[in-house]
Amino acid sequence: MKKSVLFGALTVAGLAAGAAAAGTLDDVKARGKLNCGVTTGLVGFAAPDANGEWEGFDVGVCRAVAAAVLGDPSAVEFVPTTGKTRFTALASGEIDVLARNTTWTFSRDVDLKFTFVGVNYYDGQGFMVPKELGVSSAKELDGATVCIQTGTTTELNLADFFRSNNISYEPVPIETNAEAQQQYLAGACDVYTTDASGLAATRATFEDPAAHVLLPEIISKEPLGPLVRHGDDNWGDVVRWSLNALITAEELGVTSANIEEMAAGTNNPEVNRLLGTEGTLGEMLGLDAGWAKAAIMAGGNYGELFEGNIGESTPIGLARGLNAQWTNGGLIYSPPFR
Amino acid sequence: MADQDNNSIAFVATEVIPESPPPARETGVVKWLRENLFSSVTNTILTVLALALIYLVLKSTMPWILNGLWTTSSLAECREILDGTTGACFSVLTERWNQLIYGFKYPVEEYWRPNLAFLLMLVAIAPVLFFDLPRKLLIVTALFPFVAFWLIWGGTILAPLIALIGFIVAGAFFQKFGRNNFALGFFGAIVIALAIWSIGGSMIPEGASENALLPAVPSRDLGGFMLNMMLGLTCVSLSVPLGIALALGRQSNMPLIKGICVVFIEFVRGVPLITLLFVASVMLSYFFPPDATVDLFLRVVIMITLFSAAYIAEVVRGGLAALPKGQYEAADSLGLDYPQAMRLIILPQALKISIPGIVNVAVGLFKDTTLVSVISMFDLVGMIRGPILASTEWNGVYWELFGFAAALFFVVCYGISQYSQWLERKLHKGH
Repeated sequence: MKKSVLFGALTVAGLAAGAAAAGTLDDVKARGKLNCGVTTGLVGFAAPDANGEWEGFDVGVCRAVAAAVLGDPSAVEFVPTTGKTRFTALASGEIDVLARNTTWTFSRDVDLKFTFVGVNYYDGQGFMVPKELGVSSAKELDGATVCIQTGTTTELNLADFFRSNNISYEPVPIETNAEAQQQYLAGACDVYTTDASGLAATRATFEDPAAHVLLPEIISKEPLGPLVRHGDDNWGDVVRWSLNALITAEELGVTSANIEEMAAGTNNPEVNRLLGTEGTLGEMLGLDAGWAKAAIMAGGNYGELFEGNIGESTPIGLARGLNAQWTNGGLIYSPPFR
Repeated sequence: MADQDNNSIAFVATEVIPESPPPARETGVVKWLRENLFSSVTNTILTVLALALIYLVLKSTMPWILNGLWTTSSLAECREILDGTTGACFSVLTERWNQLIYGFKYPVEEYWRPNLAFLLMLVAIAPVLFFDLPRKLLIVTALFPFVAFWLIWGGTILAPLIALIGFIVAGAFFQKFGRNNFALGFFGAIVIALAIWSIGGSMIPEGASENALLPAVPSRDLGGFMLNMMLGLTCVSLSVPLGIALALGRQSNMPLIKGICVVFIEFVRGVPLITLLFVASVMLSYFFPPDATVDLFLRVVIMITLFSAAYIAEVVRGGLAALPKGQYEAADSLGLDYPQAMRLIILPQALKISIPGIVNVAVGLFKDTTLVSVISMFDLVGMIRGPILASTEWNGVYWELFGFAAALFFVVCYGISQYSQWLERKLHKGH
């Protein structure tokens, strides 16, 4: 009896789910909260602090979107997801946007039916080895044991790299970054491979960071960015342009410190359009005129978010590198606001 | 004669020789050591080896523990103060204590609620565990689930109240009709309870939880060891009766019931728990509409309960099979019907035989609750693996955190196993 009730409920629920597919933007506004998928914990990108407040670089994106849509950067319900549960959480509608250092790949975009709205961090997979191993290039790693996170693109990259260089390796599968650190330090594997940002962050926490080196090879392109479900382009636009607003703000020199002053009106028409004192960009998105201003005030512009969470002044100490503005030789580039 | 006697006996002791203490090797500590540790050459060698091993372990751990720091604010600070010397960084436990116990989102000003629920739990399970206590205490036990639910989740009091009313009315119905006709009483009670819950549920006003006496706390905000305790307690107490029912069903003469029970038990036992958890957290959300999902906590409780019920069913079936056939026949010859025979004769004996097995499943289940960390629920292990190790302050602290988790689990599991041994001794009738 129990079973038939269960299946009955499932059928009804399935039908209802099909019928209740309204716009995500309206859903979020009606709910008054943005459901944002984040990682269960990655240093600098997303982790709750001692008071349970989420903070980090990816968290900053969630807060900016919440501020743009709802005017309140704290109106976010953070839904922690693991590498295995993140896509189902997004596909099933449990979360509205996934900002969880997720690599933009063809198959995820096309086959899994998600829309990546942009890139907030250009990463690449690297290797870390103990200095005493005396290895100076990843091509010397023949026969090495490699710690690798399962369920991520790094697994595939690693196999490709070793196969194309005709060398062998033995994978040591692990579940989380924390576990990997311990395995690596305990000597369970010779090499730890993950995104270079993660390696730098991991190395920074070691008792003796100087005893470990990052090998020069970067074996993959890992553009990390927020993503939404296919089929709701309005919502995709909202998230995309919230991210672009942060990037453009840095390019135009709009910071959380001077934004009030600039919002009063400037001589630069793009700043005016961005901050809503000129034109009707907000209206086109279905948001207030001050949406971008709210997004920028949530945690600062792209550069401020970077410096505050993962930049060189933090223990993680990542250089801007590829993630500098295009005007400074990086890849961070936003289409214009007009 | 007297002379002769005096001369032939050189010395006669006139008083009793004072009692002397037993030889040193036959008393006290020395005797115990001789008998237990150095009784033979092999034993002596083993003792020396064991002592050396203990010394080695203590030598490497004691400085680490005694030198531990409790008040720093980050791992980097620990390392700075220790400056190369050995020492643990226990500060992570003191700084993140609340997160380890309650999870990182349970509102701080409401911590008294789970604490109170925990104290009530001790009162509520006492009469179940110790039969000598006054039976009136069982009233507390019966009310505890509803009170605890209200305390931990908060929100409107109407929800647990309606659940309670449903149970009371169903129970009364069963008392009245179940005596004569078990099936009528049983299924009638279920129908009545469901009716009360659905009618009552629809009568709760929409925003009842908004301004409730206790602010509502969603399931997603539960975490830490509290979550392990809640899952463990709920699932054990639900799966024991369900397991007994399944075991009886598997022995039933009615092919339909027997078939359902066999298929259920064999299916669940053939699937890893982690698969069921993934189904609970991931697959089910595809079927439900986004805003009408069944609470994640409830889904996980259902899955773990079903899982352990299947195992308990097999343990109880072993107990039933161990009873001599004469016991069943004796019950029949007394003219007892099936429920009476089970309740009065078969189950008391079968369950007694099954105690070690049931406790074994319960201990395993309690430890299995840490598996929920893989479906991004922040139980104790999830808190450690996720948020705490991912914070910039504490990234890199492992032994202290996992040692703490191990200690907490050990205390509870050791307590359960000691209780079961006591229970076995108490129920042993010596035949």
